[in-house]
Amino acid sequence: MVAAAPWMLAFALAGFLILVTFGRRLGEPVAGWIGTAAIGGAFVMAVITWIGLLGRSNREVTQTLFAWIPMGGTQVKVALLVDPLSVTMVLFVTGVSALIHLYSIGYMHKERDFTKFFVYLNLFVFSMLLLVLANNLLVTFVGWEGVGVCSYWLVSFYFDKDSAASAGKKAFIYNRIGDVGMLVAMFVLFTHLHTLNYLQINTGIGTMSSTDVTLVVLALLFAATGKSAQIPLFNWLPDAMEGPTPVSALIHAATMVTAGVYLLCRMNHVLALSPDGRATIATIGAVTAFVAATIATSQHDIKKVLAFSTVSQIGFMVLAVGAGAYDAAIFLMVAHAFFKGLLFLGAGSVIHGLDGEQELSRMGGLRTLMVWTFATFLVGWLAISGVPPLSGFFAKGDVLKGAWAYSKPLWAIGLVAALFTAYYMSRLFYLAFTGDPRFLKAAAGRPALHPPHESPWVMRLPLVVLAFCAALAGLLGTPLTNFLAPVFQGNLPADLPSSTSVILETTDAVIAVAGLAIAWVLWRGRSERPELTPNFLLRVWYWDDAYDTVIGRPSTALARSAARVVDPVVIDGAAMGTAAAVRDGARRLRRLQNGYVRSYALTIAVGAALLLAFLLARTF
Amino acid sequence: MTIPAAWFLVVSALLFGIGAFGVLVRRNVLVMFMCIELMLNAANLAFVTYSRVLHDVGGQATVFFVLVVAAAEVTVGLGIVVAIFRRRRSAIVDDVAEMRG
Repeated sequence: MVAAAPWMLAFALAGFLILVTFGRRLGEPVAGWIGTAAIGGAFVMAVITWIGLLGRSNREVTQTLFAWIPMGGTQVKVALLVDPLSVTMVLFVTGVSALIHLYSIGYMHKERDFTKFFVYLNLFVFSMLLLVLANNLLVTFVGWEGVGVCSYWLVSFYFDKDSAASAGKKAFIYNRIGDVGMLVAMFVLFTHLHTLNYLQINTGIGTMSSTDVTLVVLALLFAATGKSAQIPLFNWLPDAMEGPTPVSALIHAATMVTAGVYLLCRMNHVLALSPDGRATIATIGAVTAFVAATIATSQHDIKKVLAFSTVSQIGFMVLAVGAGAYDAAIFLMVAHAFFKGLLFLGAGSVIHGLDGEQELSRMGGLRTLMVWTFATFLVGWLAISGVPPLSGFFAKGDVLKGAWAYSKPLWAIGLVAALFTAYYMSRLFYLAFTGDPRFLKAAAGRPALHPPHESPWVMRLPLVVLAFCAALAGLLGTPLTNFLAPVFQGNLPADLPSSTSVILETTDAVIAVAGLAIAWVLWRGRSERPELTPNFLLRVWYWDDAYDTVIGRPSTALARSAARVVDPVVIDGAAMGTAAAVRDGARRLRRLQNGYVRSYALTIAVGAALLLAFLLARTF
Repeated sequence: MTIPAAWFLVVSALLFGIGAFGVLVRRNVLVMFMCIELMLNAANLAFVTYSRVLHDVGGQATVFFVLVVAAAEVTVGLGIVVAIFRRRRSAIVDDVAEMRG
């Protein structure tokens, strides 16, 4: 049963290969159905693997596929590690992916590159599964790069648009910067332990000095900040919203961006030995959760709000990792995949219905016009806001409990971020679904739109399924914790006394409802409140501007001066100088070739005479 | 009485000198060829002389190689000379200076 694990990869890879070979001939919608079927098959395999794992007492199965890099005594094998953590990951990754593939058939209807879209999506799922299932860091890194490049292709899917092309490049470059951290972590681990295998790292890590362990943890954290869009490398994710909305839902909300959190959880034995590293992780997470939440309150673009919300939610996960509450991090990751996938798909449904309109100020009143979207979005909104008894309440509650046990100040930051979460999501919800339908009137250079139609069933079905998951995922909490317990050993936060637990949970619920209420008071019947969306927040705390000033502009100036001075003088000088020297030398040397046989003969004779003279001189 | 080996070497050197001088000063290809033959045979004479003096048959064996090479060289060389003569009606070597750099 556990042997079904490689078949997940096989299904996704087969889907990719079929589509990349015959996709154009299959066309719409067959290519989409094949892609969906491939991922559906992978999901079935994931379920079979999971059931197989449940039936075993030793829940740590390594399946070697082939030896990849044999180097003396150490071998890097392409092998899969099937354990509770990887199975949890593949279950929700394949499940959510299958739904979003289905949704894409409707969303990408009549798009120019319909089949190419599914080629990329299937390759993405393959890479993600490889990342999650790998039993060593190097194979994980292959998947890590694979999802990165798919993300690049899909962000710049509308590559004839300048903004999409540059957003793709931005995502790619930020991710590459983070990858340096992953490489450094691998180098340090390999130098000391001569292995990259997770299980061997877990057993051998105790022999490394605490400085080296902290270096590894910080390098891994840096890798995670790139992939999971945390401070200081979070800026690429909002720009990545240039991609089609299903991509935002799948890659930039549910799966890929959680890879950093997964990596940190996977390395929990290493994290356990570095209190400083964990403190840094927790702080980065809490600060990111707070900063991104404040920015999300101000954005006008529906997808930008959701993007910053994603950054903020992953910040919560990272906070949980730092606090040692790994199970809470994974719990929130699963719940977040459901409700944020749902919210993005709902937003996609709205954008689809409104002919590509993304401005919140141009929406409103969609409650009666798009009933299915409204109902499912309502569930997602309440879930992410943390209203009991939906999944977000339990997941975020677990994270905040972990934070409370770890550090009170970080818990306070997290709580404020949670308040902002409820507030900005409510603002988005009120602006989009309640009030007057503002898109019916032309304004600010935008034409009036027709009332939107509800999306087709292939788009509604994933919404409904995800809404159920988002509502009920709270039930997963305790079983998930027990299931994952063997993977996460040591330094888990102590169980809180039940009275404290109750107080914390009540606080969470009160905060969530307060966020809803504040947004209701401030935004009921309004579509613009400039005083609440200051430039400071609209421009992302001037973060991009700071990078531009510190790195971008000096680099441009340097490149310009290089083009003006270094290139013409040094580079051209060297190249042209070499050519000129050769040419002049040749012009002189060619005189020797005068074409007269006797002069050659004389040269030979003189040469022979000189050679003889030399030999004679040496002899005597 | 036997003739001393040095005499043979002197003859050899004289022959070689005449040959080399001829190659350098004459313009007619056929004469130059003959001069080259002269130089080769001067070398052959020296080989045979040393073979006698040193009681080593290797020198005489080498002569056979030289003879074969000389024959081959003459065949190819005369072929080229005939080809050139057909085009130019002359066997003056300085006329063929197109390969000048």
